[in-house]
Amino acid sequence: MKRHDAPPGTRIVASALAPLAFSLLCMTVLCVLAVHAAHLPLWYTAALAVILAGRWWQRRRQPRRVDAWLRVAMLVAVLATAIAVYGTPIGRDPGAAIVCGLLVLKVLESESVRDARMAVGFACFILMSALLFDQSFGFTILVGLMLLPALATLRALQPGLPDAGWLPAFRTGTVLLAAGLPAALLGFLLIPRLSTPLWGAPDRGVARTGIGDRMAPGDLHALLNDNAVAMRVGFDGAPPPESKRYFRGMVLWKFDGRAWLPGPAARRPSRPVPIGVRDPVTQYEVTLLPSHRHWMFALDVPVDAPEDAIMGPDHTLWSTKPIDQTRRYRVASATDYRLAPESLGPRIRAAALELPAGFDPRTRTLAESWRRTAGANDAAIIRDALDLFRGGGFAYDLDAPPLGRDSIDDFLFDTRTGFCEHYASAFTFLMRAAGIPARVVIGYQGGYWNDFAHYLLVRQSDAHAWSEVWLAGRGWVRVDPTAAVSRVILASTGGAADDVAGTGSNGWMPWRNRLDVINRWWGQTVVGFDALSQAHLLRPFGIEHATAQMLGVALAIAVFVALGIGALLATLRPRAKRRDALTVAQLRLQHRLARCGIARGHAEGPRDFYARSAAAMPDASADLGELATEYLCLRYAFPEPPPERIREFVRRVRHFRPRRVVK
Amino acid sequence: MDGVAHRGSLAAAARALNRIPGLARGRKPEALPVTLDRRRIYIVPTRAGFGFGLVLLVMLFGALNYQNNAALLLTCVLGAALAGSMLLTWRELHDLTLRSLHAEHGFCNARLPLQLAFADDGRTRPGLTIAVDDLEQPCPLRPGSERARITMPTDARGWVEVPRMRIASTLPFGLFRAWSWITPAQRVLVYPRILADARPITRNDDPNERIAGGDEFAGLREYHVGDPIRHVAWKASARHAHLLVREFDRAAPGQPLRFDWHALSGIDRETRISRLTGWVCDAYAAAHPWVLVLEDQRAIGPANDAAHYHRCLTVLAELP
Repeated sequence: MKRHDAPPGTRIVASALAPLAFSLLCMTVLCVLAVHAAHLPLWYTAALAVILAGRWWQRRRQPRRVDAWLRVAMLVAVLATAIAVYGTPIGRDPGAAIVCGLLVLKVLESESVRDARMAVGFACFILMSALLFDQSFGFTILVGLMLLPALATLRALQPGLPDAGWLPAFRTGTVLLAAGLPAALLGFLLIPRLSTPLWGAPDRGVARTGIGDRMAPGDLHALLNDNAVAMRVGFDGAPPPESKRYFRGMVLWKFDGRAWLPGPAARRPSRPVPIGVRDPVTQYEVTLLPSHRHWMFALDVPVDAPEDAIMGPDHTLWSTKPIDQTRRYRVASATDYRLAPESLGPRIRAAALELPAGFDPRTRTLAESWRRTAGANDAAIIRDALDLFRGGGFAYDLDAPPLGRDSIDDFLFDTRTGFCEHYASAFTFLMRAAGIPARVVIGYQGGYWNDFAHYLLVRQSDAHAWSEVWLAGRGWVRVDPTAAVSRVILASTGGAADDVAGTGSNGWMPWRNRLDVINRWWGQTVVGFDALSQAHLLRPFGIEHATAQMLGVALAIAVFVALGIGALLATLRPRAKRRDALTVAQLRLQHRLARCGIARGHAEGPRDFYARSAAAMPDASADLGELATEYLCLRYAFPEPPPERIREFVRRVRHFRPRRVVK
Repeated sequence: MDGVAHRGSLAAAARALNRIPGLARGRKPEALPVTLDRRRIYIVPTRAGFGFGLVLLVMLFGALNYQNNAALLLTCVLGAALAGSMLLTWRELHDLTLRSLHAEHGFCNARLPLQLAFADDGRTRPGLTIAVDDLEQPCPLRPGSERARITMPTDARGWVEVPRMRIASTLPFGLFRAWSWITPAQRVLVYPRILADARPITRNDDPNERIAGGDEFAGLREYHVGDPIRHVAWKASARHAHLLVREFDRAAPGQPLRFDWHALSGIDRETRISRLTGWVCDAYAAAHPWVLVLEDQRAIGPANDAAHYHRCLTVLAELP
């Protein structure tokens, strides 16, 4: 025995990071960078990833912090980059760039368990902030999966993992995430939503999407290549036929030689000219995705404006608040209608005929020649124009060549290639030049009818521009000149762009359209779950309108129930293992002896019993004596019997087969 | 981990929290086996746990403020998983059975190793720590290896009570800390302190020099407490700053050493016991036979085997 026993216990201190934990931490941060890559400059993400990889490599060779001056330099670089790229360090986008940089910076100085835990907490927060950019189903699931490496890192920071414990590190987190889902859903449903934001309203600096307020040549181009969902429409009855799926957004009156702009009265609430509705109206519900603009879209001519929206003089809907959240509204629309059939007011008529002076002389000449030929027959002029597009060598192409100063002349007589906005623009110009009141309408046309879930999916690529002309006795009539060029295309289900652009890479578009059911469900049930839906949540319990307090109580109850169930699950234990091996073996021996006719009496101790058994079975008495001695020794001689001797005892009992006593 | 947690102002709070169950329970020793059930497991968040709570709170308010339901869902999922980890931490202790405890040999003022045997319930508990004082000692348990070895501090010889033990775990994420107290009704034997001024092994310290032979004068060395006054070399000491004593060569091989209680005069009782203990240890280490003569003239030995060694130390430890 040594004189001075060194204490065998080693103090657990704030220990250095194990290589496995550090690798998992780097993986977590890489995942965070990946989910933010979509909205950060690519070179910035790549630079951060390279720095992270460098740090990982450096720590493998030499576990110490990166020098302080390097870290300070990187901090300055991160802030400078954010300011250089975005102009300000404040806001959603620069904020994301800065926190990603700071996270990598934190990894550079992470050497202790405490540092790593802080980094993981920070990473979780940054993961959440990625959802401020995109709330879609797929992206949310992706971000949720990125919690796995974060939890694995936390697990690896604790002792008790095998050396190469990549998979064991992931297991705990996976199980916990899965087991926690029901509780998470309850929390999601019951956490009271704020009626007003606590601090600064959601960022105004976000890019607006969707159809803009004006139409210049090429403006719609980016939109027609954008497969993002613009809105989803569910109809109360049967959907209107494809030829009538025109969702009017805004009406453009003013032409400045290049771009079409809304009329001066577009946003003024007014009592529009009454509609002469001939058929029953179509009732439907629109789910409009956030565009951060005011325009709302309705099929043809809405009868009335929904809540928080006004109807302009052109029978278009204008939201009083920008559409920053997904907006659902119900509208009734007339698809067979008469708008101002008797006469136009002089001011409106003037606006519908106004053309900028000194532009496009050749087009004017052409229109005037048509007017001379047709006389007072407006319909003949319209036919002339459509015939021109149909037979004049015009082509539909998203990659239209650029146009010069006289854009209509250039298009009609030189390039003859373009898409909806070129055709709508040129047609309206021709009509006005020929003396027919006309205006441009932009909105969405077509869409994908999902037969399974019964809704119409409208993508940004379904954006469209067409014309409306005023004919005496018939009022405003829709004319779609693009259809004259590409009749085939508009009859097909996809929007104008998808099919005509002819991009072969869109072969999976039908699948995307079908799978949009999931996104729609997600948008309606999760993203669209607002304070109002929440207030109706407790209806099954007889509460018509739940207040925040009630929800809080329900939440507290749910948390306790969830914890109780969790505690019950946690206390489940394997029953089989609970019995002591020695006892089991001894009982087995007794059972064997009992089958041979020697049963242990209730008041009989083991020593007496085995002695009696040995006496009764002379040929097994030696074995039995040894077993009895061994049992007594194991049971009573040790504070804790050595396991190998117990195993040996169990083995010997198994091989002990006494023969029946012959009486 | 705990080293970090027990710092600063939080340490005081943690200590106060640890006191509460200590006041309510665990003072009374209980017989083994002891099973940890839900009534005696305590759990609180660690500092990291509070930190994550703060992160969750920030995420929650961010999601609510921006009316971002996807972010709120993510926050809920993360929160549920972390709350679930609390149950796993608790489960780490739940149903743990301490079957037996026995002490190895140890000397006073050194740490005494204790062997703990837990019941094998087929579960792996890789993150357990046990502390009898401020020292947290890891003792991972796996099926088939349900034993742990920890050490306890000692400050008295003889039969001492095993102090209250704190069994704790922070697995799986280190966000919660579960602990439980066990005060085993068990006493363990602590051998007396070995006198710190250890002297070269197996000098013949027989003060009466009655053991025949082997008392050749070997040299001078510094005086230590307990040296017989008669051995002091006064003349030599006068020329030095310290007292010097004469040393005598070891007894002849085979001649048992004699460690006599009465030979050590002029020092207090505990120091005597410690000196005797030191001699016994030295003699045993050198495998030299010895005789221990106690206060009541009872002599033990001579012998030089382990049984004799432990017998002597036990007798010394049990002295009143």
